[in-house]
Amino acid sequence: MKTKKISFSKIPTTLITLAALIILCIVLSIASPYFLTQKNLVNAVLQCTINATLACGMTFVILTGGIDLSVGSVVAFVGVMLGTFVKGGMALPLAIVLSILIGGVAGIINGLLVTKIKLPPFIATLGTMSIGRGLALAKTSGRSIQGLGSGMKFIGSGSILGIPVMILIMIVVFLVGMFILRYTRTGRYVYSVGGNLEATRLSGINTNKYIMFVYLFSGIMSGIAAVMLTGRLDAAQPVAGEGYEMQAIAATVIGGTSMTGGEGRLSGTIVGALFISVLNNGLNLLNVSSYIQQIAIGLVIIFAVALDSLRSK
Amino acid sequence: MDERNIVVMKNITVQFPGVKALDDVSFSLRRGEVHVLLGENGAGKSTLVKVLSGVYKRNSGEVYVDGKAVEFRTTKEAQEAGVNIVHQELNLIPYLSVAENIFLGHEPKKNGVIDWKRMYSDTEEVLKNLGVDIPARAEIRSLSVAQQQMVEIAKAVRLESKVIVLDEPTSSLTDKEIESLFRIMRDLRDKGVGIIYISHRFDEIKRICDRATIMRDGKYVATVDVDSCDTDEMIRMMVGRELTDMYPKEKADIGEVVFEAKSFSTEEKLKNCSLYVRKGEILGLAGLMGAGRTEFARAMIGADPILSGEIILNGEKLRIRRPEDAVKRGIGLVPEDRKQQGLILGMSVGKNITLANLKKVMSSGIVRDKAEQKIGEKYIKDLNIRTPGLSQRVKFLSGGNQQKVVVAKWLMAEGNVLIFDEPTRGIDVGAKAEIYRIMSSLAQQGMAIIMISSELPEILGMSDRINVMCNGEVRADIPREEATQEKIMYYATGGK
Repeated sequence: MKTKKISFSKIPTTLITLAALIILCIVLSIASPYFLTQKNLVNAVLQCTINATLACGMTFVILTGGIDLSVGSVVAFVGVMLGTFVKGGMALPLAIVLSILIGGVAGIINGLLVTKIKLPPFIATLGTMSIGRGLALAKTSGRSIQGLGSGMKFIGSGSILGIPVMILIMIVVFLVGMFILRYTRTGRYVYSVGGNLEATRLSGINTNKYIMFVYLFSGIMSGIAAVMLTGRLDAAQPVAGEGYEMQAIAATVIGGTSMTGGEGRLSGTIVGALFISVLNNGLNLLNVSSYIQQIAIGLVIIFAVALDSLRSK
Repeated sequence: MDERNIVVMKNITVQFPGVKALDDVSFSLRRGEVHVLLGENGAGKSTLVKVLSGVYKRNSGEVYVDGKAVEFRTTKEAQEAGVNIVHQELNLIPYLSVAENIFLGHEPKKNGVIDWKRMYSDTEEVLKNLGVDIPARAEIRSLSVAQQQMVEIAKAVRLESKVIVLDEPTSSLTDKEIESLFRIMRDLRDKGVGIIYISHRFDEIKRICDRATIMRDGKYVATVDVDSCDTDEMIRMMVGRELTDMYPKEKADIGEVVFEAKSFSTEEKLKNCSLYVRKGEILGLAGLMGAGRTEFARAMIGADPILSGEIILNGEKLRIRRPEDAVKRGIGLVPEDRKQQGLILGMSVGKNITLANLKKVMSSGIVRDKAEQKIGEKYIKDLNIRTPGLSQRVKFLSGGNQQKVVVAKWLMAEGNVLIFDEPTRGIDVGAKAEIYRIMSSLAQQGMAIIMISSELPEILGMSDRINVMCNGEVRADIPREEATQEKIMYYATGGK
């Protein structure tokens, strides 16, 4: 009789992460009766929406073999600009569109630094990370802008047909991202640039164009995340978004995207973002201190990547 | 054992995956002689010296240095026994000084710390003896390639060597530097040092070498006295191989000139290189390693910056500044290094095939899976690519099938000029024949093909016309009927 051997290394990373998430949920539902309530689950998902949106952009960048450290600072700067626009009496839809565009401009600057000035992405975005934060603080003298009106509050805590707006935004962002990666030329070349830059270039593809694109995309995601965060807090804070870049990288990596580029999926990233958020949520329910939570997240990152590199051997 | 010998290598065999790099080779080096290893690219010369210096392990055979049986596991062990090798690739550390590089791993110490004063003064002395003018404190990266080469040599000279191996040391040196190198070699020889010299330049070999050992296809051919053996005889022994019938070159109708490259020069290598190729023609581009063939190919498709040069396609002058421009006009390159430059290894076979012409499987801005699959399957069938399926990642295919995927990519891109750079390197014999068949049938369909190859039988078997490059120049244009291995080798080794 023939037995078909299923090789461990052939199971997609996304499925392994998903299985880990499900196991985590089962353990938490046993440990805490409150975990499986609808309210708590919605909360857990809500908590991950901003990080997931940033991680969506981050996944594009990491797929090309790059990195975008500026996202947290861009979130703060865009948020501050949005607060200023709204306080200045600009119509809300216009203010939101303008804010997202500012995020896009930040992305274009990153892209130009990487493609034209040929800076390593780590250095380029480390620089813009500091600049973005400085601009946000300078613009507001370090103070937050509060009371932005019902429109912003709706984005942060309203819902449509019973589904929170934040979750809807995240879903739309991921559908768009998945469509680009799966069905467009841009998506295909994002993978091939990350898989082998020189081979892609020699195949007659303008590689810089696609590298520009991923930073632009990540910038736009930062803009959208800034709108979400400002709505959630009902305030624009220049110190907001600190460390968000690391959270986004963590979600991407836990979701199975390779830091060297060329391999990964957005479905993995969303599972990765959920995983972090559920873990935090569960540990909160169990009254584990936030210090210990950081240790747990760190272990998860190391474990996820170690698993990946062991599998690929 | 003969007392005159400093090195004796007996019946050395080295097996690499899929190929015998050395097959029962014996070699001996006397004290105080310069002994040249001769052979085509891939004959096994470098492998042999790497076995001697502990870089490669031998599968069988014996090595004696100064009468003692040895088996060096590292180059450091070899150095301690007095065997030093100056590699073809430079092994210097760019951000360290000349002195630091020369003394790397052997730094003079005083009271447990490095004695910088002595290190610099000793370096200056070594360099002075070599007659080269390089400051001991200069950073390596600020030196020219030739100067770096001299530093490498200084490194070997300083260590008290019994045996020095020089692997193509003159390829980047000027005439004056070659003179001082030869002076140093004669000095060392007179002191009883044995020198193994690897070179293809017969004028130099005639001047400096005492004996020559000729190798071919990993096997020992002969050892001769350089003075009593003429160049033609040595070339004949290097290439002396029967042409087999593995080259299915079929007659194609050769038409007008399709593609012309005019006066290409680059800063590094190319000097005013031109070539043309006609419809249905396979132009072989022969030459030794480092002759500039790959550089020429990359320059033609806009992959590297050039000082001058223009492309004329079907009578029209093109502006090619990037590979994009070339690909758009149907000019493709099947690169020498498939894995680094030809393929996205982690991607599927299907996606690699459509990479250069994705729009063919798109409609309304969307990549259509069905169209992509249909086209992929067509090429798998046409080119007989052996893969479990289109979704298989390219990295899991064999070398020959990987190469076919690269070819499929260019067929899909509807190229009419295709440059093959070493199309059969690292491919097994069966797949080689298939690649030749594909090339032959593409030519018959009217494609213009440029084939760079270091294998003479391949060049002779497949080309309608042959250009030979040496030292960054195109030296000869030989029609198929007049081409012989000896003639090509003559031009490739610097003959004019």
